[in-house]
Amino acid sequence: MDTPAAITRADVEHVARLARLGLTDAELDSLTGELAAVLGHAADVAALDLADVAPTAHPLPLRNVLRPDVVRPGVDRGEVLAAAPAVEDDRFRVPRILDAP
Amino acid sequence: MSGARQIAADVRSGAVRARDVVEEHLERIAARDGEINAFNLVLADEARATADAVDARVAAGDDPGPLAGVPIALKDNLCTHGIPTTCSSRILEGWRPPYDATVVQRVAAAGAVAVGKANLDEFAMGSSTENSAFGPTRNPRDPSRVPGGSSGGSAAAVAAGFAPLSLGSDTGGSIRQPAALCGVVGVKPTYGSVSRSGLIAFASSLDQIGPFATSVADAALLLDVIAGPDPLDSTSSPEAHVPVLPVLDQGVAGLRIGIVDELVDAEGVEPEVRAAVLAAAAALEAAGAVVDRVSVPSVVYGLSAYYLIAPAEASSNLARYDGVRYGLRVDGPDLATMNARTRDAGFGPEVKRRIMLGTYALSAGYYDAYYGKAQKVRTLIVRDFARAYGTFDALLSPTSPTVAFPFGAKADNPLAMYLSDVCTIPTNLAGHPAMSVPFGTGADGLPVGVQVMADAVQEPVMFRVAQVLEAAAPGGGAA
Repeated sequence: MDTPAAITRADVEHVARLARLGLTDAELDSLTGELAAVLGHAADVAALDLADVAPTAHPLPLRNVLRPDVVRPGVDRGEVLAAAPAVEDDRFRVPRILDAP
Repeated sequence: MSGARQIAADVRSGAVRARDVVEEHLERIAARDGEINAFNLVLADEARATADAVDARVAAGDDPGPLAGVPIALKDNLCTHGIPTTCSSRILEGWRPPYDATVVQRVAAAGAVAVGKANLDEFAMGSSTENSAFGPTRNPRDPSRVPGGSSGGSAAAVAAGFAPLSLGSDTGGSIRQPAALCGVVGVKPTYGSVSRSGLIAFASSLDQIGPFATSVADAALLLDVIAGPDPLDSTSSPEAHVPVLPVLDQGVAGLRIGIVDELVDAEGVEPEVRAAVLAAAAALEAAGAVVDRVSVPSVVYGLSAYYLIAPAEASSNLARYDGVRYGLRVDGPDLATMNARTRDAGFGPEVKRRIMLGTYALSAGYYDAYYGKAQKVRTLIVRDFARAYGTFDALLSPTSPTVAFPFGAKADNPLAMYLSDVCTIPTNLAGHPAMSVPFGTGADGLPVGVQVMADAVQEPVMFRVAQVLEAAAPGGGAA
């Protein structure tokens, strides 16, 4: 099976946008080489023919876990909000996400 | 008896006061942690108050529990209610969790005294503790060298005598490798056997919490306290934990032990480390075990699979650090810019590298070739281990290919650093238990750890093997 083409600086910029990382030019340069080295090592895995093998996402067979629907205390709202960078009216305050009205 | 078990016995009987025990350990921390930097935060006042409460219970005729008065260090990715929990990252600096991790509650309920939050590679990503935003931890056995990682602070705290016990977390070797490099015992339990509620997530299909100690028996004592089902962790196994401490001295007569060819001969394994594994095997044979070589062929793909799976899961888990609900915020004109500025300022280079790697491995066009392939390799590793455990009760390998290395030796070469975990990663992928036991010394007289692996929930067998190795170790085992 073919291994994917080598990662480019343009790929790295695209992935940084997906990951919401505001990387500097120097970071983009160094990451391009570093990611290529790790992905190069992973070429041994990418090259294996595993068409008949099922994937394993998790080491143990897990079942959905249910519990009685009993009211019990959760974490304290005041404590949670006190840890936030900005709060307004008992909510997390964030910069504008839509255009000005 | 010595170490944690001795302290607990003496405190429970009233022969020794928990307050005196904690003062003695705080003095050692004050004298040497300036050099070692095992702790991000020392909880001196809290520890004294906890110790006084333990002494009050003893005076009132109560039993404070199996860890009565025993000082313990907590890796700083375990949530502690109202006490800063940083993951050694700027992005969480100053954050005070609104709840305790289940393991923190369990050790407190058993009478332990938390003395500090231990340093780690940022978000547990690393093998040297050089990736901490608050400076590296030094190896107490040779302060010019790394303690291993990511739980380097937890390992160093035990090796330096700051606490007889500590808790760490192990995603690809982060308990076992620093235990080996610092000359202490470190255990990664079976996946699902210890609750992860309150452990800040790195790679959720791999992460496990486990103990560090100066002896196999002390590690068993701590494991028996923290293991068992937890309704707050839906991935915790519903099966009751089978206590390890009572079976510790049953020996290895008749047990079948396999030396894993591919790990003994893995890339970069130093000759002294290989020799220590073979000497450990000979010691087990002398104690009545049946020892043979075994091939687990697909483990050679473990490192590659791990460095696709773990970053992929991390890229998802670390999406929550967005400057909205906790930790650092760097403002911007809109939400996306604020998120990106916050994450660029808050995460260190290795965390960014792994987020990028994982996001790439999961992205459209590459998912099948990288993440999908790695998940299939994981199936092969599970199958190969199942075959090996059809013949063998436990397996042996090096823990780390090398002894502790100097600062900076691998810091500029991510792939060389990743190879530190080549022997420990396969058991995380399979979800099995494994532990590192000190066994002699290698280059420059530095400690070597031998890894004992066992099938899922076979901790009793694994600990019996470890106990025999400790007794047979050249120079008497742990530091």
